[in-house]
Amino acid sequence: MDGIAAMGLTKRYGDLTAVDALTLTIDAGERFALLGVNGAGKTTTMRMLACLARPTAGDALVDGKSVVREPGAVKARIGLSPQETAVAANLTAEENLLFMAGAHGMGKADARARTGELTEALGLGPILRRRAGKLSGGWQRRLSIAMALISRPKVLFLDEPTLGLDVLARAALWEVIRSLEGVTTVLTTHYMEEAEALADRVGIMAAGRLLCADAPAQLKARTEADRFEDAFLAVVREAGLG
Amino acid sequence: MRTLTFARRMAREILRDPLTVFFGLGFPLLLLLLLTAIQKNVPVALFDLERLTPGIAVFGLAFLTLFAATLIARDRSSSFLQRLYTTPLTGADFILGYTLPLVPMGLAQSAACYAAAAALGLRVTGNILWAILAALPVSLFFIGLGLLCGTIFSDRQVGGLCGALLTNLTAWLAGIWFDVDLVGGWFRRLAEALPFLHAVELGRAALRGDTAGYAPHLWWVLAYTVPVLILAAAVFAGKMRKND
Ligand SMILES: Nc1ncnc2c1ncn2[C@@H]1O[C@H](COP(=O)(O)OP(=O)(O)OP(=O)(O)O)[C@@H](O)[C@H]1O
Ligand SMILES: [Mg+2]
Repeated sequence: MDGIAAMGLTKRYGDLTAVDALTLTIDAGERFALLGVNGAGKTTTMRMLACLARPTAGDALVDGKSVVREPGAVKARIGLSPQETAVAANLTAEENLLFMAGAHGMGKADARARTGELTEALGLGPILRRRAGKLSGGWQRRLSIAMALISRPKVLFLDEPTLGLDVLARAALWEVIRSLEGVTTVLTTHYMEEAEALADRVGIMAAGRLLCADAPAQLKARTEADRFEDAFLAVVREAGLG
Repeated sequence: MRTLTFARRMAREILRDPLTVFFGLGFPLLLLLLLTAIQKNVPVALFDLERLTPGIAVFGLAFLTLFAATLIARDRSSSFLQRLYTTPLTGADFILGYTLPLVPMGLAQSAACYAAAAALGLRVTGNILWAILAALPVSLFFIGLGLLCGTIFSDRQVGGLCGALLTNLTAWLAGIWFDVDLVGGWFRRLAEALPFLHAVELGRAALRGDTAGYAPHLWWVLAYTVPVLILAAAVFAGKMRKND
């Protein structure tokens, strides 16, 4: 079964087509990066896949469940870390994790165990008892990803997970994302080297359309570019949208 | 269970905000102290603890609107609510989770007000319990209003509307520091049409043990509380369903 299969997924806001008939399959366990300039439709695509926005047309299967017909089943299978860090500021990091576990209906013992696992896996130990609102941007992002992982999702959505992070914090987060074996991961980013370093495949979006979806090496080969950034620019310009 | 998880988080976030604690509890108690001190020097019947305490209690409850609205608006602007929409939490979980923890907070606020008044010389009778209980429908009104404002407005707008406008409306139109009859005219008619004055009179009647006197005020308050709660729940649920 595919991790994600989108079929003609479309979102219109009035006259504006934010996402235009997106068709795409992502393998189970694959890491997929969505690239594109501001307003390309990356967040909107993710929001439709996470049942946060209803498609105007088309559908998508997430871990085999339809986002249009079975949003409840989709929600039980996914985790989302929004573009904004979205943590409860006056709760500690640990309370944030336990709270998300409770929101997913996990029992106390399970919630504690899972919080422990994620603390270990994401190295949250030093900040566990600190208020989330007082943490640095890097720690907040890390906490945000841990919160998205609390329910052991099969599919994980990370919207700009390393936005505004310094080099060290970014490298640490890359490690975390790489270590998520078996979780289908869709992430968006504006950092080309990030997409190249993390993703099995990248999809490039412009003006709501998916221009291509390929392994970074293949994209470079096809556009005869040395650097991935040049490949990205070539694809966007080729479509007459650069 | 999920509702409880949500309610607990709400309570924690509010109680850990020092500004909240100051405005919700410290400020009303300070006013009580100040006005009682004035009363000692210039005996005005209005600042009698029997009349003043129910008024200050209602004034304190007006801050519940600010607390609820701020948290909800902030949850919206920080995308925290978006994150929660991807969990199995239902509309009812959200509405109850935002509302319920503030109810005991309102009662505790009132209780603290009456306890402080008792320490300042308010005659302690069983009626105080009824007066504290009178905070229940009033709290629900203010909380419902907070849910509504927090759902519609941004956190900055909420600060102005619920923080400044509503608390001033309550302060001026509830007949706490002066009798609205003294102003009369349209001011009195406006005050009588709004729930704030009735909320205070409800507490005063309860404190007097005036069982016949409080019924009409209770109806006035409920006539606002019930529609506001229904409207707030409907708007929140509608926004959640239409979330795009
Ligand atoms: N709720 C909405 N109502 C109206 N228009 C919207 C809404 N959400 C997104 N849009 C529009 O849809 C288009 C795509 O937005 P989207 O947020 O998906 O872009 P993005 O690729 O995530 O951009 P960025 O890199 O800036 O995050 C934009 O033109 C945006 O203004
Ligand atoms: Mg975006």
